[in-house]
Amino acid sequence: MASKSICLYFQVHQPTRLRLYRFFDIGKDSHYYDDFANRTILRRIAQKCYLPMNALLLDLIGRYGDKFKVAFSISGSALDQFQRFAPDVIDSFRALADTGCVEFLAETYYHSLASLGSETEFAHQVAKHKAAVESLLGVTPKVFRNTELIYSDAIGAQVAEMGFKTMLTEGARHIMGWKSPNFVYSCAAQPKLRLLLRNYSLSDDIAFRFSNKSWEMWPLTAEKYLAWVKESAKQDDIVNLFMDYETFGEHQKASSGIFDFMRALPEAVLSDGTFDFVTPSQATRKYKPVASLDVPDAISWADEERDVSAWLGNELQQEAFNKVYAMTEKLSIVGSPELWEDFGHLQESDHFYYMCTKFFSDGEVHKYFNPYDTPYEAFINYMNVLSDFQIRLDEARAALDVREAAVGELRGKKKK
Amino acid sequence: MFGWEFPPHIAGGLGTACEGIVKGLAANDVQTLFVMPSASGDEDQSAATIINASDVAVDTVSQTVEEYLDKVKFIHIGTNMIPYADPEEFSRLVEEDRVRQVKDFSISYGQKYKFSGKYGANLMEEVARYAMVGGTIALQHKDEFDVIHAHDWLTYYAGIAAKELTGKPLVIHVHATSFDRGSVDHIDTRVFEIEKRGMLMADRVITVSDLTRSIVIGKYGIDPEKVVTVHNAVDFSGRENLQVERGVKEKTVTFLGRITYQKGPEYFIEAAAKVLKRTRNVRFVMAGSGDMMNRCIRHVARLGISDRFHFTGFLRGVDVQKMFALSDVYIMPSISEPFGISPLEAMRTGVPSIISKQSGAAEVLQYAFKVDFWDVDAMADDIYALLHYPALARFSASMGYDEVNALKWNGAAAKMKKVYESVVK
Repeated sequence: MASKSICLYFQVHQPTRLRLYRFFDIGKDSHYYDDFANRTILRRIAQKCYLPMNALLLDLIGRYGDKFKVAFSISGSALDQFQRFAPDVIDSFRALADTGCVEFLAETYYHSLASLGSETEFAHQVAKHKAAVESLLGVTPKVFRNTELIYSDAIGAQVAEMGFKTMLTEGARHIMGWKSPNFVYSCAAQPKLRLLLRNYSLSDDIAFRFSNKSWEMWPLTAEKYLAWVKESAKQDDIVNLFMDYETFGEHQKASSGIFDFMRALPEAVLSDGTFDFVTPSQATRKYKPVASLDVPDAISWADEERDVSAWLGNELQQEAFNKVYAMTEKLSIVGSPELWEDFGHLQESDHFYYMCTKFFSDGEVHKYFNPYDTPYEAFINYMNVLSDFQIRLDEARAALDVREAAVGELRGKKKK
Repeated sequence: MFGWEFPPHIAGGLGTACEGIVKGLAANDVQTLFVMPSASGDEDQSAATIINASDVAVDTVSQTVEEYLDKVKFIHIGTNMIPYADPEEFSRLVEEDRVRQVKDFSISYGQKYKFSGKYGANLMEEVARYAMVGGTIALQHKDEFDVIHAHDWLTYYAGIAAKELTGKPLVIHVHATSFDRGSVDHIDTRVFEIEKRGMLMADRVITVSDLTRSIVIGKYGIDPEKVVTVHNAVDFSGRENLQVERGVKEKTVTFLGRITYQKGPEYFIEAAAKVLKRTRNVRFVMAGSGDMMNRCIRHVARLGISDRFHFTGFLRGVDVQKMFALSDVYIMPSISEPFGISPLEAMRTGVPSIISKQSGAAEVLQYAFKVDFWDVDAMADDIYALLHYPALARFSASMGYDEVNALKWNGAAAKMKKVYESVVK
């Protein structure tokens, strides 16, 4: 058995983009989504990334047997869209699940910020996601990864309470200090929870820099990359390479050679023999935590800051966030399935990301993912939709009151 | 008459006012030759003959191009700020630009020039060319008119040129001044100079309100004797009120206009926050766009009232009517407004209006609520009262409707005719 490990984990998510929703629509039209854009984008990415990359992984697993392993987390929003627009993607994930070499992780169903907004909503969404993965892919997630790898001591404690023993997060420099991300750590608030930390430098070499021809290391080959991994983990246990799955074929185009690179990587790693491939569950079985990690304030894998400022950094985002989570209580009283579903989609972290005003340091990345010209447009559109949703929620609540009053009256009559 | 635009293709309110004026003048038996930089051919010519300056070649008059330029005292230099250029580099660039402009000018000499007639980056250049062509047109039609009437600073040079070449009296019409466009400390000095020159050269200056009249006298130093106020009117003919089904059941308070400093949008936001502390049964809408829009959105988010305060972005055509039809209260909190036609439109739709005392419209509207633009408490009081006391809202809506219907361009044009008669010998 190799003495060190590589853990590959890919995030699959597609936001439910909102349509242009004007003030004049409020109270009149409660369809909020840009179905055309959502379908078009999903199908394009399915063709360029999900289907070819799933086929490649299946092929690699066939060739190397259980020596090659990867992990996925697929958001509920993405699963919804696959079912509607590209069911063959579900089938191909199911085929990967059936090999036993692929682990599927749990997350919030709507790729939301619920862990920061509402404990009950957070628990609700995690349970919903777990159920969806079980029914669609036939496996039960045991490891948790939060939206955008958001993590803090408090979130860790709640995740442990939900029964998860392992959680993924970012090896953020301001948290790690001199410590290496290439070990298993434990949660400061709940020591039973193991933490796997992303090695952002090596992950971003693939996810962000692979096709960049002005990068002095370009072009990246499997051999060169393996040498860096070995260098990084000289004294260490495990290198966690976590990235968006859309890296393969979408962010890094097929013409960049990204598929060839991934095809060559297992061969290079396995023939070298220093590393094996593990899933997150195997990783925490194989390695003991070396220390506990104090994370009082939330961290994430986004932007230079590695905090939650990409979603909650400005007053627009905070306002929208506060307004949407203020509805949680009323909604739990009403309990209408349609309202719950819209409420979930409105919580998708992407809507808040579009309102980000950090144009400079990470502007390019933000721009790439953003259907709006300005954060202000994103905010206005979102608040218009939310206003309509609030009207429906209030009406449903009022209708419930009327019904309860009528039932109460009826009971009173019976007693007499 | 020199204008800059005329319906149906308009960017601002000036074209609409000009149409009302020429129609009013026609009703008062005054014939108008209306010159504009770029006519499309689909303008309504029933009240005035439209002359398209883009169709007119500059004649070989007594001046050479340089003399003409000297006379109009205009070379357009450095509208574009060039950051990070050292002084030598900057002066070289400016010189290149000047040479290019003189060359461009020479080409148009003896030829037609295609005006954009818009408010673009080369506006100053167009203003100067318009003067050349305007002078030519005035000479060509020398025997057909008695008075030159020029609307706003864009046309003042054309008016001056026409006066100098024909000796006919010049009336300039001030719809807005530089002080209404920027804050007091940030006026465009080039525009100010053109405005002042026009006012000094004019035989009479017509202002759209007493407020504007006092600016013309106080800030431009113009002899009060020759400054006359003729309030704007509004033409509602052919306008039917839209019936729009409401999506929200709360009352709606609307601000509609450019979201810029002088329109006072932030006072509206502050007043809205005050009203929302008292009642939740109301929505506020800021319709329009402008350089303060993003700042206003942040302001609203900071106050935590975004669920009751909406932005629509720029509205055009029927959406404007729709917005009025959806409103229960209209508000125009302008810091400086020469006149302000929008409350008239609101009142015509039956929407009670609150306007700032710093607007020209406040001088003619009896049944609008008037507050100082900075007095957000008074503004909030009036909004609350109009929302909660139906008798008050009904009263101000019906009286306001009658009031604005009585404001006709025919009356305004009759006053303009008197101004003409005072200068024609």
